[in-house]
Amino acid sequence: MVGEYADVVLVDGATMVFNAAKPNRVDALVDVDLRVAPGDFVSLIGPSGCGKSTLLRLIAHLLEPTAGTLSVNGKSPDRARREGDYGMVFQQPGLFEWRSVRKNVELPLEIDGWARARRAERAVEMLELVHLDEFADHMPWELSGGMQQRVAIARALAVQPALLLMDEPFGALDEMTREHMQAELLRICAAEGTTVVFVTHSIPEAVYLSTRVVVMSARPGRITDEIAVGLGGDRNEDTREDDEFFKRITEVREALRADRDGADVRRVSGVEDR
Amino acid sequence: MSLARRAARRSLLFLVALVLVASMWELYKLLGPEDGGEIFGWRIIPKTNDRAMPHTWEMVSRLGEPEVRGRDEPIWQAILGYGWYTFRMALVGLLVGTAFGTALAVLMARWRVVERGLLPYVIASQAIPLIALAPQVAALGGNWDLPKWMWVSTLSAFLAFFPVSVATLRGLSSTPPIALELMESYGAGWWRTLVTLRFPAAVPTIVPGLKLAATAAVIGVIVSEISTGVRGVGFAALTYGQRATSDPAQVYTAVFGAALLGLILFGLVVALEMALMRRRPAEAVS
Repeated sequence: MVGEYADVVLVDGATMVFNAAKPNRVDALVDVDLRVAPGDFVSLIGPSGCGKSTLLRLIAHLLEPTAGTLSVNGKSPDRARREGDYGMVFQQPGLFEWRSVRKNVELPLEIDGWARARRAERAVEMLELVHLDEFADHMPWELSGGMQQRVAIARALAVQPALLLMDEPFGALDEMTREHMQAELLRICAAEGTTVVFVTHSIPEAVYLSTRVVVMSARPGRITDEIAVGLGGDRNEDTREDDEFFKRITEVREALRADRDGADVRRVSGVEDR
Repeated sequence: MSLARRAARRSLLFLVALVLVASMWELYKLLGPEDGGEIFGWRIIPKTNDRAMPHTWEMVSRLGEPEVRGRDEPIWQAILGYGWYTFRMALVGLLVGTAFGTALAVLMARWRVVERGLLPYVIASQAIPLIALAPQVAALGGNWDLPKWMWVSTLSAFLAFFPVSVATLRGLSSTPPIALELMESYGAGWWRTLVTLRFPAAVPTIVPGLKLAATAAVIGVIVSEISTGVRGVGFAALTYGQRATSDPAQVYTAVFGAALLGLILFGLVVALEMALMRRRPAEAVS
């Protein structure tokens, strides 16, 4: 049984076509396979329009694939979503402005039907995890953008999901806050043992955070390369100046470039890739 | 700026405006032609004689005199009585209209097909002149053995539901997509999402609709009183108006009463707004 459920995420031949019968047809994803093992931190990287957000939304069951199958924690994505198997963080914090910080973190627990006292207790624990417990009774709009995003992470982790899905969560933050948040995220994931699928278009971010970087290309969206990073569990600020770090960055950059050049060659020779 | 300070500032501005309107009235009365005038043959310049435009101080002092000669009770007490009756009918109208308007908006937000089918009728309903509808409804009331005030409140609700349903529908259908996706990711159903997300997010849009509804409810009651003969402040205005030749200031006492109760109902909505918006970011407060 355990062996069967070993993959947290299993994507098999997923294809996603928008507006199939119309002139503005978009092949967002074509025949994508992906496996994410427990404890993995997988980044999806690629140019805009490569379908990385679409793939994340398929895993989250916010979209149904046109073809192919997916499973999350060994269940259908639909069941996984309804049973709260994953937490999700978007580029915008999306906090409810009429709820205090603590009440925002309590939201998924409330929908899950937790008792009031247990809810409050867990929310405070989660806020401690992101170092915002003293802001529990503040309103979201009284917090900075980075703090709001930390509340969103606390909210996503409140049900202690096995899987965290993040869609460019630090994209709207300045560089300094961004690096700090990356370090915080690694610390939290290590503490909670969370598996992460992370969408980004920043190469250093993907390399710093990930155990594996999945490189994608656009039109049609598909996976072109996978790079095992493995900078080790003890990454810190020095890691960012490490030779190994730069080597991996170069590797990912070349994978992205090779793919783009490939696309150019195809276009020049008149060979369409669909 | 805090809500309390805004409220204080607005009350002050209201008083200033009141004094300004009274001064303009008196200024025109002083300068304008006694028997009105014509422009290109149109009689559009108002008369300024005491019968057409009584002095503002006469309107105010009239409040202290009895309604009809021989009675002890000053007219302001009578107006307060009528006003209280009208206020209760308008309050019922506003509550019923709000409940009905909200229910309609929820149905329309839930099913697009209901919105497409129903919204044209909702809009068309407001093109029916209330003054024509009121006697029909009152006649219906005669058939069903119900007190007359209920019919007046029904007509008031008929005017009040419209701004509520339009504002609520707009509010419920402009929820940020990211928040909707978040609720979906929790596996929350439509009704759960409605209560936890769509309604609270719509509050800043719904409140202006409620403000319009509060004034519409008062207008609805006053117009309906005139055509159904229910004795509230609107009916008083009608009877006093008929005596304008002998007692021109009297009708204005009823106008004051009507304005006051409109303001009180509006004030109740503002109080509700302050309670609901207490912890929202300042820029979201209308």
